[in-house]
This record gives sequence, C-alpha cells and structure tokens, in this order.
Amino acid sequence: MNLWLIPVLPLLGFLINGLLGRRFSKQVVNIVAIGSVMLSFLWVVKTIAGLYPIDTSAIEHYYTWMQSGTFNVGVDFAVDRLTAVMLLIVTGVGLLIHTYAIGYMEHESGYYRFFAYLNLFMFFMLVLVLAQNYLVLFVGWEGVGLCSYLLIGFYFTEQFATTAGNKAFIVNRIGDFGFSLAMFLIVKHFGSLDFTQVFGKAQNMTAESVPFFAICMLLLVGACGKSAQIPLYVWLPDAMAGPTPVSALIHAATMVTAGVYMIARSSVLFAHAPGAMDWVAAIGTATAFLAATIGLAQTDIKKVFAYSTVSQLGYMFMGVGVGAYSAGIFHLMTHAFFKALLFLGAGSVIHALGGEQDLRQMGGLAKRIPITCVVLFCAGVAIAGLPFTSGAMSKDLILEAAYQRSPILYWIGVITACMTAFYVFRALFLAFFGEYRGHAHHVHEAPFVMWAPLAVLAALSLAGGFLSVPQWLEPMFPLHEGHVEPLIAYLPFAAGFIGIGIAWWFYVLSPKLPDSIASGLGGLYKLVLNKYFVDEAYNGAVVQPLIQGSRTVLWRFVDVTVIDGTVNGVGKRSRGVGNILRLLQSGNIRNYAAWVVFGSVILLIAIGLSGGWR
Amino acid sequence: MSDHLLSFVISLPLVGFLIGCLLPKEKIQQIRVFALGYSLLTFVASLGLIAPFWRASPSSYVWETNRAWIDFPPIRYHMGLDGLSLWLVILTTFLTPLCVLLSWNYIDKKQKEFYAFLLLLEFGLVGVFCALDLFLFYVFWELALVPMYFLVGIWGYSRRIYAAVKFFLYTMAGSVLMLVAIIYMYNRSGTFDYPMIMQMLQNGRLVLSSGESFWMFLAFFVAFAIKVPLFPLHTWLPDAHVEAPTAGSVMLASVMLKMGTYGILRFAVPMFPATARNCAVWIVPLAIIGIIYGALVAMVQPNMKKLVAYSSVSHLGFVVLGIFSFTQIGFDGAVYQMLNHGISTGALFMLVGFLYERRHSLEIADYGGVANPAPNLAKVFMIAMLASIGLPTLNNFVGEYLVLQGAAIANFNWAVFAAIGVILAAVYMLWLYQRTFLGKASDEVTHHMYDLGLREYCAIIPLIVMMVWMGVFTQSFMPAITSTTARILAPIDAKREVQVKLQPKRSASFKEIANAR
Repeated sequence: MNLWLIPVLPLLGFLINGLLGRRFSKQVVNIVAIGSVMLSFLWVVKTIAGLYPIDTSAIEHYYTWMQSGTFNVGVDFAVDRLTAVMLLIVTGVGLLIHTYAIGYMEHESGYYRFFAYLNLFMFFMLVLVLAQNYLVLFVGWEGVGLCSYLLIGFYFTEQFATTAGNKAFIVNRIGDFGFSLAMFLIVKHFGSLDFTQVFGKAQNMTAESVPFFAICMLLLVGACGKSAQIPLYVWLPDAMAGPTPVSALIHAATMVTAGVYMIARSSVLFAHAPGAMDWVAAIGTATAFLAATIGLAQTDIKKVFAYSTVSQLGYMFMGVGVGAYSAGIFHLMTHAFFKALLFLGAGSVIHALGGEQDLRQMGGLAKRIPITCVVLFCAGVAIAGLPFTSGAMSKDLILEAAYQRSPILYWIGVITACMTAFYVFRALFLAFFGEYRGHAHHVHEAPFVMWAPLAVLAALSLAGGFLSVPQWLEPMFPLHEGHVEPLIAYLPFAAGFIGIGIAWWFYVLSPKLPDSIASGLGGLYKLVLNKYFVDEAYNGAVVQPLIQGSRTVLWRFVDVTVIDGTVNGVGKRSRGVGNILRLLQSGNIRNYAAWVVFGSVILLIAIGLSGGWR
Repeated sequence: MSDHLLSFVISLPLVGFLIGCLLPKEKIQQIRVFALGYSLLTFVASLGLIAPFWRASPSSYVWETNRAWIDFPPIRYHMGLDGLSLWLVILTTFLTPLCVLLSWNYIDKKQKEFYAFLLLLEFGLVGVFCALDLFLFYVFWELALVPMYFLVGIWGYSRRIYAAVKFFLYTMAGSVLMLVAIIYMYNRSGTFDYPMIMQMLQNGRLVLSSGESFWMFLAFFVAFAIKVPLFPLHTWLPDAHVEAPTAGSVMLASVMLKMGTYGILRFAVPMFPATARNCAVWIVPLAIIGIIYGALVAMVQPNMKKLVAYSSVSHLGFVVLGIFSFTQIGFDGAVYQMLNHGISTGALFMLVGFLYERRHSLEIADYGGVANPAPNLAKVFMIAMLASIGLPTLNNFVGEYLVLQGAAIANFNWAVFAAIGVILAAVYMLWLYQRTFLGKASDEVTHHMYDLGLREYCAIIPLIVMMVWMGVFTQSFMPAITSTTARILAPIDAKREVQVKLQPKRSASFKEIANAR
C-alpha cells in the first residue's frame, strides 16, 4: 500500500520549495505545493479504495526508530476506519485550502516560504493520523505545533505575530508535557507504545494494576493544549495573527482537532477510566460555553470565529467524553467543512477590504461580494445547526448522547448552540447587511481560485451530514443505544433559530439595541469583552513571577551572590596564584611549553609518591 | 597498522600539534590549511574505528592496546574503545575540523599557537575517552585542561583571565580529589589498570568497605560533577563560555563537558555501584534542580552566550538524571544525550559566534530582525534551536525521551519534575530567537549583518545533517551504545531490572489520585 507516500509527498513539496523556492516563479511554487498535496490526496483515495472495507487495521512497519534493551519503537503507519476518515479530511480540506491560498497569498512576500510551511504541516499532520504508536503520533503532534508556530509568526517583522507564535508553542508544550508523561506511564506499565500491543494488553488489565486514571488525565492535558480547551485555550485566539488560510487549515479544520482524534484513538484506555472521561466531558462543556460567551462580544471577525472554534472543539470533547466517539469524530469532520469555510470566507472579506478585520468597519457587503456572502451564510446555517445541515446532524448526535449521560451537559450544550447561532449571525449581519461603514476602495470579489474551494466547502457544509460517518465507524465505536424524546432531539434546532432571530433583531431590525444593552450590563460586558482577563491573570500569576523570580532570586542572588561569592572568596585568597598565572600570559610559546613541563613534573612527583606509598 | 588504528588516531593530533609548533608563524594561510587538512585526516581515520561495531556488538573493548609505559609503579598505556567511548571519540574528531573552519578569520592573532592548541586539545580529549588505565586517564584529563585554559585565557574576551583562572581552579579542585582516589585505588589493588580493577571487584579479590566506597565514589564523582557541571558546581561554566573564543566554546560545551558524564558512567558508577545507587537519592535531585534552575536562569540572561551556557547546565542535568535512573533506557538516553548536546549546543555556539563576527556584540538587545538581512543564518539557527528544545525528528528528542522514560521507570516523580525543563527550554530558546532574529531590523543590524558564506556553510551544515540523521535514524548509533550500557548495567543491576520488568512499581502520588477516584 505504501502508506508512507501519503505524508512523504508533502514533505518533498516542503523540501523542494523550502530549498529552491526562492528562485522559483509563483507558478512553479504552486505546482509543487498544490501538486504534492493533490498526489497525497489521490494516494489516500487509492489506498482507502484498495483496502475497502478496512475491517482490520492495515499496518506497515518501515524501520526501527530506537531500540534500548528490550524496549523498541518502530516507525510504523497504519490505516483503520478512524484513520481513513481523518486522512480524507486532512488531505481533502487541505487541498481546498492550499488552492485557496494561491489567490489569498498572491500579493504577499515570502510566498514560497508560506507554501513550504503549509506542506510541512501536511506532512506532520498526516504522520499524526497515520501513526501506529504513541511516539510516532507525538512526532506529528509536536511537528504540527512547530508549523503552527512558524505560520502564526509568518509576518515575522510584527511583534504581535511572533509573540502569538511563541505563546502557541509554549502553551502547546505544556500540553505536550502531559502527553509525554502519559507515554512514560504507558511504557512503564505496558512495556510498549505500539497501539496494538498497548490496547491489547489494556483490555485484560484492571485499574488495580495500571493507573488508567492518571494516564488518561495526562493524555487529556495533552489534548487540552493541542485542542485549545480550558485552561490551555488561550493560545488559539492569538493564533489568528497568522494568514487566514492558516487559521482555516491549522487552527480550525485539522491540527486543533488532533486532541479529539487522540482521545478517540485511546478509547480503550479511557474505557478503563470513567472518571477521566467525565473530566473530558466536563472540560469540553465548560469550554464550549465559556468560549461562546466570549464570542458574543468580539469585534474582530477572525476572533469571533476563533472563539467559535474553541467552543466547537468543546462540543467534540463533550462527545468523546460521554463515550460518543463516532459523534465526536463526525462533528470533527463537519466542523472541518463549515469552520474552514467560515475562515476562508472571512479571508475573502478581509481580502476584498484590503486587510480590514474589524466588523465595525464593514456592513452592506452582500451586494459587493455576493459569492462570499452566499457561501458564508451556508457555513452560518451549518454552524448554527439548522435542520439537515451538516452541523445540525453531528451536533445533535453529541447532544443526545450527552443527555443520556447527564442532562446538565445537554442543557449547557443547547444554550451554547443558541449563543453560537447568535454570534455567528451577528458577525454575518454586521458584515453583509446595513450600510457600509468602512473606508476601503475597490471592494472586489475574490478570484475564481479562491471562491471555487469556497463553493465546494459550502456544498459540504450543507450536505456533509449525509456522509454517514457514525455508521462507518460503528465497528470501532458502537453506536449509542437508547432513544431520546423527540423534544430533546429537536430543541437544538430551535436554539439555532432563536439565536439567529435575536441576531436579526439586534443587528438588522434595531441596530441601536446592542449598544444600550452593552452599556446596561456594564461590568459584565467589560468582563466578556476582555475575555475574562484570563491572559492578564496568567501573565500576573505565572509569567511575571517566573521571570522576575528567575532574574532576581535565582540568577542575581543564588548564582552570582551565593555560589560565585563563595568561589570568589576562595579565589581571592589564592590571588597569588592568579598573579603568577597572569605573568604567564605573555603569549610566548616557550612559556606555555614551560607550563606543560611544569605539569609533567607534578605528575612525575605524584607517580613517585604513589610508588613510594606502595 | 589495522590493529593499531586507535593508537594511530590518537597520535595524529599530537603529531599535528608538534608539526604546528614548528610551522613558521607568519604563514597564516598555510597554518590554517594545515590545521584543517590535518584535522580532517584525523576525522577520516577515526571513522575506521567504527568497523568492529558495524552490524555487530563486540562483547568487550576493541582496538585494545596494552603496553608498558612506566614500569614502576606499573602505569600502562592501555587504550581501548567500546560503544560508550566510540561516538564520543568520533564527535571530537568530527568537531575539530569544524572548529578550524569557524576560527578561520575569527582568530586574528597568534594563529599558529591557536591551531596547535586546538590539536593538542583534540589529543587530550580523544585520550580521555580511550584510556583504560586510571593513571593514564588522569594524565589525559589534565592534558585536555591545559590547552583549554590557554584558549580561554589568550583568545578570549575582556574578562578572559578571570574566567580562565576560575575554570582552572574549579577543575583542578576536582582533579586533585580524583588523583587522591586513583592513588588510593592503586594502593588497595596494586594496579591502575581499569579492566583489571573491575575484574578484581567482581570476583571478590578486591573488597571495599562501604566507607571506602563512599569516599572513593565521592572523590571521583565531585571531580566529574564539576566538569559536567552539576548544580551547584556550575558557575565556572557561564564565565568560561562567555569569555572563550567560539571554537573554545564549541569544544568546551560539545566535548569537554562530556568528560564529566563519561567519567561518571565509565568509572564512578561501575566501580562503586552500591554507593552510586545510594547516592542517587541526592544526586538525582541535584540533577533535576540543575535542569530547571539552568533553564530558568538561561531565560533571563541578557547575553546570548551565557544563555546557551546555562542551557547546557539544564541539558547536562538530563544526562546525569539518565545515568542515576539505573535503567537500561536511562543509560542509553544519557549516552545519546551526550552526543546530542555536543551536536546541537556546538551548533548554537557556532551560530552565536557567527553573529558576533558580524555585529561584535553578544547582548541580545543589540540584535533583532536578523532574519531580514540574513535569512539563511536565521533558518539554520532555527533548526539548531529546534534540535536544542527537543523537537521530534531532531536528535535531542531521542535522548531526552529515553532519559525521561528511564527516569519514569525508576521513579515517576523524577520524570514529572525533569520534564518541566522541556517546557522551559522552549520558553528561553523561542524568546531568544524572537528577540534576535524576528521583528524589524534596526539600521545597525542591517548595516552589519550579512548572510552565511561558503566557509560558514561548510562548518554548520554537517552539524545540521547530524541533527536530522541522529533524530530520524537513531539505530545507526544506538546498537553500539545499548550493548555497552547493557554490559555496564548487567553486573550492577541484575536483580533490580528483573523486578522492574516483572512487577512495575507504581508511583505513590498517582496511586493516591487513582484510589481517591
């Protein structure tokens, strides 16, 4: 099957463009970058067609990465049904976004660099989903984090962009800290990192002999970092400093869903740790709700969608946390469609307005950029969960499963759905309806190369729900038993309509209303507008104490005053020695030779002494 | 000659040193070309040493040479190689030509002496890693110290004398202890021959009381720990690095620090295993403190060379942690990490040197936006930085992973604390990179900065290649290491290994959490 071709093709694209791209014309860069992803996508399709129906996992072993005693890690790839879904999402959506980026990045400097990074990202993301053991998964996991860092800081002369990149990398590192500790425990107790071996052994083990809870909680820490869940979500909104196709590909459709994938992949371990699963569901639900409230008040169109991403990832966590893995993966896929579309559409708006991202500087764009407007509303209805759209189908499955686990999760999920519909349509109404409030000239529709991918994604956002992912995944993740009352099943639809209705009322019918409500709420509004001051709290409670403490206590006091002070105290007493040594700094080779002789004499004396002692 | 390849390789730099001394000092170009060609020759010759390890795991030392040197006391020229020393020797011979390259224009006075000392240093270092006679080891140990002292003291920056003397005194203090211990061992065993002493210890002909063992171990360990350097014996390192010329920094960080960890793993641990095991109780905490402390202090350094120097304190902490985990995985990780640190930190010091040659400053605040005028320098630095912070597919990751895995098997809490160092590594390195390479370039920077030249590429690219190779194809290097560490570990540790494998011990803190659920 040659699974290795799937990631290696984009890697070749990265190497060619990265090493030679500066001398290439844009067309050549395009052919290399998009061609490699296209070939990779085709190879995925061919592989899946060849393996259909993939009832067992198809494993390929390439070589041993490291072997220490009896412990060894191989570079192994595998495809099962879960991986097949992920592969199609990553290469499919990735291909569309690569294509879109041709148009979007047209006028940017560092064109080849951008596509090289994007290809490198595809490589690591595909390694991540193809991995057959935790360490290879971790390679992809850290690698996508690196690409995220590189692409967030793509405009590297801007301080806010590079700072956002650092923040993303470091917060992800905190998550990876948890992930790696989980790996250490897995090796300690299973003697291997290979999925087949670990999960095979885990099935016969009990929580008495293996600390499943600790392993799963540590995996959850890793997932929280990568998938931007509380308390590690703070990097994702800042990550919007990167070019918009990056936000769509990495920070919406693929990389940030890696945490959900990893938990689903580890479902055997989580099955032994129901307590940890409750934590997953609780964190997911809390994140979904909290991020949605922040989304209500944002004025930067990309920030709105960024918080929306955090919130939707929360739904996925809720899904996998209540054991509805297939629903979680289903939502992962539909979210990849509609959220990629939202970002790319937003990118199209920003592109049309010459870089403007502030919703207050938009308005009335429906007439000027109609295609963008239509596709964005397609994405809007999908994320709002209107009946028969892709988002509705996957979100409903999650909420139904959540209801069976605990109605509280369900109700918070429904309220969040209402808020989601509100803030997304708030953004769309502010951008496309009413009068134009900005100053950009030459507002123009996106070129074909940009809107064609948007049209494909729009179709998928609307109809993607009919791809029956839960049925496909059934052999791995049994569908949820039991039935819920029709009211419970239909309430999320109503929540979507209500949210859109309120947005319509606030931002189309009586546009003065939101301001008066905002001023009426006063402190609460300020709290939400400033994202609950979480960044400030982290800065004050962790970052500054660490830096100041390191500087004043560790370095200036412990190192310089205490340790060096002691050493210098000793040194002063032997200043005579120092003076003698200084005399020898004549630079004259004979003096140095004398030194060597001097040393040798000391050695000979020592030898004599030792012999004498015998 | 094939039987004597090791002796040949060792003698090459010494002969080179002697020839170097005889060359006329005005012919600078000839001196440089000679040093480069000669060190390359040594490197190529040293590659031959790998042959016995090629697809095989020799069960003992190879390339062994054992000749009488001094009749009484019986000090022998006993040299040999195993998987522990093999790659360290290659690392030394690999880096020396690169150091010649990067010193090409940088060293602008007394070139003859400089390159001669560099070759003498190579001689001492290779000798240290091959000596199997305790006294011979001590001779090489001291011999390596002398040229480094001069490299810092003559070609260093403004506070070079202070740094050189500090370096010398620190190391001498340890060496003296080690010499006492070596002589004591000789008095007890009647020989300086290390394999013989090990044999006597194992078959019971030499029995040390626990008190003796403790003091002997301590004497060896302190000497090695200063060299590593282990917290709190590390303060010579930042000064020596900051004041040393680039080549000195590279050799110091990449190879000389490994003398300490090599000594621990070669001598201190195998000779006094029980004591070493008992002392892990306080050594491991010191290693972990070093990891975190080094990283935190590195974070706030305004001087980039000091930053990299403190990061070495942090990285070497991992090596010590791996050794004192007393697990196969930890040992392998520690040895691998010695090599990794040599490659990646060597590259970082080299690149900092390149920056200095352009801007004539080591203060981070004097930089910013370097990526604009020098994009390729920025890219190469990025790769070296990513290697240093342990990005998978690059070399350091493998070592750090194995060390932490070994530590986790020994005691999970150790891994928890040590892994914090991995987070902090990202903090200080990314911050350094941001302040140096990213942002808008000031006029000063734009004016002084230019991209890498051919000579600089030749010096740095081999290191970049090694980072990827060692990170992706670890098994090119690991079999030699793991068979040797297994041999070191087996007699010390047979009982405990079985116990760990059969009945995994659970760490208390997580057990409590699990029970509480």
